[in-house]
Amino acid sequence: METKFSVTFNEGVAKIELSGRLDATNAPLLQEELKKLIGQDVKRLVFFAKDLEYISSAGLRVIIFAKQKIGVDAQVYLIGAQEEVLNVIKMSGLDNFMVISDSYDE
Amino acid sequence: MIRVDLHPTHTYGKFKLRPGKPLPFGATIVPGGVNFSIYSRHATSCELVLFEKHAPQPFAVIPFPDSFRIGNVFAMVVFDLDYENIEYGYRMDGPFNPKEGHRFDKTKILMDPYAKAIGGRDVWGVEPNWNDIYQHRARIFFDDFDWEDDHPLEIPIEDLIIYEMHVRGFTRHPSSGVKYPGTFAAIKEKIPYLKELGVNCVELMPIHEFDEFENSRISPVTGERLMNYWGYSNVGFFAPKAGYAASGKFGMQVDEFKALVKELHKNGIEVILDVVFNHTAEGNENGPYISYRGIDNKTYYLLTPDGYYYNFSGCGNTLNCNNPIVRNMILDCLRYWAAEYHVDGFRFDLASILGRDQNGAPMASPPLLEMLAFDPILGKCKLIAEAWDAGGLYQVGSFPAWGRWAEWNGKYRDDIRKFLKGDMGMVGAVAQRLQGSPDLYKWQNRGSTASINFITAHDGFTLMDLVSYNEKHNEANGEDNRDGCNDNYSWNCGVEGPTDDPEINRLRIKQIKNAVTMLLVSQGTPMILSGDEMGKTQWGNNNVYCQDNEISWLDWSLLEKNKEIFNFFKKMIAFRKAHPALRNCSHFQNRDYMGSGYADITWHGTQAWNADWSGTSRTLAFMLCGKHAKGGTARDNNIYVAMNMHWEPHTFELPKLPPGWLWYVAVNTDMLPPNDIWEVGKEKKLRDQSCFLVGPRSVIVLVGKEPQEKKIVSKGARKARKKQLSSVRSGKGSKTKVSKPKRKERK
Repeated sequence: METKFSVTFNEGVAKIELSGRLDATNAPLLQEELKKLIGQDVKRLVFFAKDLEYISSAGLRVIIFAKQKIGVDAQVYLIGAQEEVLNVIKMSGLDNFMVISDSYDE
Repeated sequence: MIRVDLHPTHTYGKFKLRPGKPLPFGATIVPGGVNFSIYSRHATSCELVLFEKHAPQPFAVIPFPDSFRIGNVFAMVVFDLDYENIEYGYRMDGPFNPKEGHRFDKTKILMDPYAKAIGGRDVWGVEPNWNDIYQHRARIFFDDFDWEDDHPLEIPIEDLIIYEMHVRGFTRHPSSGVKYPGTFAAIKEKIPYLKELGVNCVELMPIHEFDEFENSRISPVTGERLMNYWGYSNVGFFAPKAGYAASGKFGMQVDEFKALVKELHKNGIEVILDVVFNHTAEGNENGPYISYRGIDNKTYYLLTPDGYYYNFSGCGNTLNCNNPIVRNMILDCLRYWAAEYHVDGFRFDLASILGRDQNGAPMASPPLLEMLAFDPILGKCKLIAEAWDAGGLYQVGSFPAWGRWAEWNGKYRDDIRKFLKGDMGMVGAVAQRLQGSPDLYKWQNRGSTASINFITAHDGFTLMDLVSYNEKHNEANGEDNRDGCNDNYSWNCGVEGPTDDPEINRLRIKQIKNAVTMLLVSQGTPMILSGDEMGKTQWGNNNVYCQDNEISWLDWSLLEKNKEIFNFFKKMIAFRKAHPALRNCSHFQNRDYMGSGYADITWHGTQAWNADWSGTSRTLAFMLCGKHAKGGTARDNNIYVAMNMHWEPHTFELPKLPPGWLWYVAVNTDMLPPNDIWEVGKEKKLRDQSCFLVGPRSVIVLVGKEPQEKKIVSKGARKARKKQLSSVRSGKGSKTKVSKPKRKERK
């Protein structure tokens, strides 16, 4: 159950596709990818989480990292997260800075 | 620049190591690895044991090389660990010689006393695998929660209204209607309720990791499984209880609890933790090896000269709180909760134990208590002592305080209860309690803020049971009703337990209102027991420590059934918040230092200015001068409170107000809703300004209002006011007869 993720950046919008598990084994890789966005004019960070099955605290930390280091003013979106993942995010209080929705409108 | 100190210097099998840093204790994430550091004075060797999460057998056992020990500390960095997926423990070798205090057993895997998260009981009530060689498993946690601008609220303690609650019991009942019953997340969901009630502080019964299966057994009476439900028995002091977190199964309890604290703060509600430093879950000689016993028994526990455990806690062992190592652990722990979790204060269970020396004798100036009082990180935290222990030390009024410690005022509870049930000869004591117990605290210049006032707490009857039972009914606990307190000073109002008798039920509700009124007009800090605001019953069980079931869970349907009680609590809390005269931080001076014509507090009875202090009295009244509110720094109405705990009605002559001022009724517990309590600002003007017939077993609260200062008002309003004033001057009001109460109360 390897996590596959892809990061694309286009016209101020960073799109991150997540799948499988996001935990300590692969979160640092994602973080490295996201670091490349530092200093760019990121207006939106959009995490697509439809196929994400599990997120651990390390995974959540990457999202916090993205928010804090890439663009404090950037709006963070979490799209299509499964119930289980969404619950972890809500219970741990990370939902306060994210727009959570089922689908993403360009 | 390449830092040499981030690189391994040693190897053990496939593991890369280097000597660790001795401080801080615990497991700390460092660049490239994890620094493990643990104290033991008497161990001869130590091994680090590493498991994958939940794995039955360790994947590695790494002995600390001799060169990695500094003094009495074993410290080692292990590189390239997947720290999120491991659990770690230690094995220690050393003497087994109980007479000398040593109980080393190198076969036992021991939890780090500084573990920041603990696995093994991830979901509440899921029966653990008792054959697991490592029951309570230390985990490593990153402290990187995003607090944004959160900060402890630092509400002055005299302005607090504390709500004591059990995390699980608060929402576990199916009627709670929350998504994750019994958890931190569920409390978050109930914040709107807490706000509606008006409390501004929650005091959480123990939330440190404990084992709900400790001493678990089947009740011979009910056949139900009894649990260690309250959790006054710590496994680890630095870790939140995983089973209280909806996300505990994901190992996210740390974040979930932080999210709760943050959200409570956002809503103006402080968080006080009930901390249990008097003993641990390891029990006595026959208890399990969890941590301390196998790491350095002689350091962590108070031992008799023969090496047995002293039992000042009533729970098998006593933590050696004034050993410098343990003292520092306690300090580190509190600092951690204050700094990392932003908690606002602590309530110390059986705090008198914290003032005993290493032989168990009480000390005059216990270094631990002094250290906590002066600690810079805890500098704004509330420190509240349960100022007694199970070894017979009772320090209410004399707990060493350094101007910082407040106390659970057990005398307040007892005196108000006796007065409430109609005992005579209580008015002198009750007068002290209402004033913030100057008899206990003034001689030490401690102020009324030293007194945490409460009538009910988790120990003992709920408020509804206090007025419904004469005797405790703890049979379900399976100890032949021997457990729990016998001195309850309760009165069942005529019948033991629930009844259909409307008169008795009416009286019970009235007694509840009397109690909460007295509590909320008292100087000092009031504490309400969760559930009392909706008439929670435990069916006479006054010690539900083991009842993880409907006996102890809060039944939210009571909110509808007893909305009269809830409404009264809510409005009474609002009343306290609206009146600074009730929230002084210093004791009264019994004189007029503001030139108002009235002393800050004056005592009255059925005759104004003449309280009946005799041994047969059951009536008392007092008036607070609004110009002396908060030591004269705030302005308030005058407040008059008359308490008639006699079963006959009595007419109380009211003290005269300055010319133009008028008395308004805020509370009259003898009346049915909506006339029992009036919203702040909408109090009912009293027709007869000279006296008030206070019903049997009733309390009234009046506010004396100054005529409103001249301001630009519309003609109509001015006219109306003129009319109002003239009617008072002509004395129309005083002609009105006060109607006699219709009901007779039964004794």
